Amino acid sequence: MIIQAHGLEKTYLSGGHPLTVLRDVDLEVAPESFVAVVGPSGSGKTTLLGLLAGLDRPTRGRVILDGVDIFASTEDERAEFRARRVGFVFQSFHLLPTLTALENVLVPLELRGEGREHRDRAVDLLARVGLSGRMEHYPSQLSGGEQQRVALARAFVHRPRILFADEPTGNLDGETEKGVVSILEELNRESRTTLVLVTHDLSLAERAHRIVALANGEIVSDRPGGGA
Amino acid sequence: MRFGFAVRLAARESRHGIRRVGVYMASITLGVAALVAIHSFRDDVARSVREQAEILLGADVRLASNRPLPDSVTRIVDSLSAAGVAVARVTTTGSMVLAPASGDVRLIQLQAVEPGYPFYGSVRTSPSGEWPIALTEGGVLVDPAVLTQLRVDLGDTLVVGRERLIIRGAVDDLPTTLGYQTAVGPRIYVSPATLASAGLLTTGSLARYQAFLRIPDPEARQALVTRYEDVFEQTRVRFSTADGQAQELSSSVEFMGEFLALVGLGALLLGGIGVASAIHVYVKERRPSVAVLRCLGARQATLFTAYLLQAAGMGLAGSAAGVVLGVLVQRVLPWALAGVLPVAVTPRISLVAVSAGLGIGVWVSVMFALVPLLEVRNVPPLQALRRDFEDATRRRDPARVGAYLGVLGTVVLLCVIEAPEVGLGLGFAGGLSVVVALLAGFGWSLTHVVRRFFPSGAPYPIRQGVSNLFRPRNQTVSLTVALGFGTFVVGTIIQIQGSLLDDLRVSFGEDRPNVLLFDIQEDQVDGVRALLPETSRGGATATPLVSSRIVAIHGRSIADLRADTASVDRPEGWASRREYRNTSRVELGPAEALVEGGWWDDPMETGGLPRVSLEEDVAESLRVGVGDRITWNVAGVEIESMVSSIRQVDWERLEPNFFAVFEPGVLDGAPQTVIMVARLEDAEERAVFQRSLVGAFPNVSALDFSRAQLAIDAVLSRVRQAIAFLGAFSAMAGMVVLMGSLSASASQRMREAALLKTLGARRGQILRILLVEYVALGTLATATGLVLAVIASAVMVPTLFQVAFHLHAGTLAAIWVSVAVLTAGVGLLGSRRVLTQPPLEVLRDR
Ligand SMILES: Nc1ncnc2c1ncn2[C@@H]1O[C@H](COP(=O)(O)OP(=O)(O)OP(=O)(O)O)[C@@H](O)[C@H]1O
Ligand SMILES: [Mg+2]
Repeated sequence: MIIQAHGLEKTYLSGGHPLTVLRDVDLEVAPESFVAVVGPSGSGKTTLLGLLAGLDRPTRGRVILDGVDIFASTEDERAEFRARRVGFVFQSFHLLPTLTALENVLVPLELRGEGREHRDRAVDLLARVGLSGRMEHYPSQLSGGEQQRVALARAFVHRPRILFADEPTGNLDGETEKGVVSILEELNRESRTTLVLVTHDLSLAERAHRIVALANGEIVSDRPGGGA
Repeated sequence: MRFGFAVRLAARESRHGIRRVGVYMASITLGVAALVAIHSFRDDVARSVREQAEILLGADVRLASNRPLPDSVTRIVDSLSAAGVAVARVTTTGSMVLAPASGDVRLIQLQAVEPGYPFYGSVRTSPSGEWPIALTEGGVLVDPAVLTQLRVDLGDTLVVGRERLIIRGAVDDLPTTLGYQTAVGPRIYVSPATLASAGLLTTGSLARYQAFLRIPDPEARQALVTRYEDVFEQTRVRFSTADGQAQELSSSVEFMGEFLALVGLGALLLGGIGVASAIHVYVKERRPSVAVLRCLGARQATLFTAYLLQAAGMGLAGSAAGVVLGVLVQRVLPWALAGVLPVAVTPRISLVAVSAGLGIGVWVSVMFALVPLLEVRNVPPLQALRRDFEDATRRRDPARVGAYLGVLGTVVLLCVIEAPEVGLGLGFAGGLSVVVALLAGFGWSLTHVVRRFFPSGAPYPIRQGVSNLFRPRNQTVSLTVALGFGTFVVGTIIQIQGSLLDDLRVSFGEDRPNVLLFDIQEDQVDGVRALLPETSRGGATATPLVSSRIVAIHGRSIADLRADTASVDRPEGWASRREYRNTSRVELGPAEALVEGGWWDDPMETGGLPRVSLEEDVAESLRVGVGDRITWNVAGVEIESMVSSIRQVDWERLEPNFFAVFEPGVLDGAPQTVIMVARLEDAEERAVFQRSLVGAFPNVSALDFSRAQLAIDAVLSRVRQAIAFLGAFSAMAGMVVLMGSLSASASQRMREAALLKTLGARRGQILRILLVEYVALGTLATATGLVLAVIASAVMVPTLFQVAFHLHAGTLAAIWVSVAVLTAGVGLLGSRRVLTQPPLEVLRDR
């Protein structure tokens, strides 16, 4: 199992009252699989993904990612771990506004000191998401869908073992969405990346190997998808 | 526009987030505090002096002359006295006083006072009640310093001239003299009868003759002036009233006026910049909500009003706090300056200063907030949909131009209000505009230079940090202006402060002579020198003094010249009629500088006439310049001379200085006395020397002014403290501005750092990226500000403050390093949360 989550619980203090948004979640994901996480808004999908990727600390429970107990390590160790093995696509892209599209894609490699030698990989990825003409543009000069595609290219550029994607197609039109999804699937197959994807789009979820449904912070169903 | 909605929105919005930004409003608090403190303090001094004017003069009117009051004036005084006006005559002269008990001798001021003086205020003596009874009974009262200087006690005897007087008491407080004066030149007090029988006053003695009159009715005073003005003028009797004296005193306190004005102005402008950056941060943080409100249909004007109200509210709160702080400082200042001020200053809350502070504070807040607030109007609704949307098209916006003009107008107005003169204020404003323009220009060219010479070979954190300097949303220009201006103001004030303090120190330096000997006869010079301790002999300088009067200028007699009242060449009375004590010197003295003409080694065609060098004021009053001829009467012999140079003299230095200095040799053979200055390190040495001097040369007087120096030093260290205290205000305001302007970018940098972290950046890498950017900005902007500060102070110190400019490189370097370190520190501190906390919080969509 490449992802093992045990007894995950996340409680926020909002306005002095504790609010439990994830309750006793157990989840195991097999290597190279494609898991879709679905659920109504506010059910805790983003929270779960953030915990699995080590972007936030759980109130209780542990996460073992590729054999590493990530909350037993320091912030810096987690960051290094991400730099080597984890990719993340945000619900709202989060590009660095001061960097061009190409530079944004290069950041994960730069952080590992490999920006120069693998530059062509970034150029390649941008071409594959259909942005070869926009490499020198700043995020503010790109449309939402274009920014989302830059974020995708960035998530893949360092060939992560696991990719977490939070509604990566939420901002895209039908055509572009299809393109992005097929890229995701291709990368999942070719680079043997484990893919955990949050989506509202049931037709997209159906293409996954497995569909996990969340409601009120609990897993309410876990069944194989159409891609299995 | 929906005003009601705007008000409600303002109230609701300010609940949120204002606390974070509120800290930066502290800059306006400091500005207003400085303003209120300075203005109230000036009011306090002026009022206290006015209230105590009669007490300070001791009477309503004073007549004074350096010669016995002439008959014409005495007749006036007598007739007034006959008409019921209280009159008291006071005569002051210097005399060597011997204390047989200790054997000490000293030159001391002796004042003979008639009963009644002073008419206002009360004299405290110990034992109490001795004034004036001890005097009328033939005793002597002394300033406490006399007791220590002559090592005597109450009941001991003093020998003054032909009289032996019993010390009946010490004068602890005579309201007509300032605290430090008695320390510098302590006095003894006797009755006029005692003075006469001591036989000190002979014709030509140096003395000051005064008559004090009590005329409480202002109209009667005025009548006296109009009636006898001419008599006083002709007889050269100085006439002064309590009110006139009060005005003179107030203006003598203005010695720090320009400096205080600069401090107040600097603190206020820093306050303005602080407000601008605080509002900038605030608006930036509120952009998303503004965008949403715009989407929901709120009008530009409504939103703008809502935020303007918030800015005004913050300005009001900040200024109110400033008023409170200012009133506290106002209370500290009289204490800090105790002993320096001419009167006891009682602080009173000045409504004018308080309301002006409050008004100016709110006004400055609103005006400086306008520029960043206009952003609110320009937030495109589209931003609600696209976070990174930026309206690239910058239209020409009349409102923006108006806002900038408003800021400019405010700055000009502030400068004019704060500066002692309008012209000076306009000059300040012009200079400040140039500084801001230069800083902005520097920031702009920095972005271009960095782009041009991008370090593309450097490691990633450096490249990322450097690219932040010129990429979209860079803060290079705004930070350069804010940081640069902050350091400019602080640097200028510190430079000026340093130069002022240096000047105070130079006047009373370590190796200055501290003993002055006068009335030495020519043949006694070697003998007196021999009495000096060996170590002091070499440094002792003897200067001949020759009494002379001016007989004629250009061959025309003084009487003739003065009679021609219409002529522009009519010399002023004080300069043409006075008795001159001239000297001849081989070299220029340490307190002199040539302003025109050459010294003796510079050849000049004089037609055989001896050359003379005049001090600039006296030359102007005599209406003469280089090449003009002056005829002197030296002990009955007429000597015609030619003016060969004009000198500037720093009279404040304790050195023998002269109006007229002759070429060496000219005065040889003329009857002369000699003065000598020397430095005797040790107090014991000085005492021994003075005792042996009195024994060997009783006609020679010695003045030990090391005590005067001590007293003056104490006064000056107070002034120094006060200057440093006020200067610290601008430094603090500068700090707040620094923090405020850096926080403008904090939230953006925080999101970036969180993002880099999810992408796998280690803390060290993020730190390095931020460091590169902040260190680059901090060092460059600060250096620019400091260079401009040096230029500005080099211009202002000699012109405005009339002291020599000294570069305080060490202090400036310290400012440079500490601001650069602070910039990096504060910048990093703003991102510290992100370094220790999980990044999801920051990145989760709000
Ligand atoms: N910092 C916070 N403090 C309090 N409550 C929070 C905080 N962050 C998230 N929540 C709550 O946690 C719950 C789960 O949030 P989460 O973002 O995981 O939902 P989601 O399933 O991703 O929703 P969506 O599909 O709308 O993105 C929500 O009810 C949200 O209000
Ligand atoms: Mg979500």
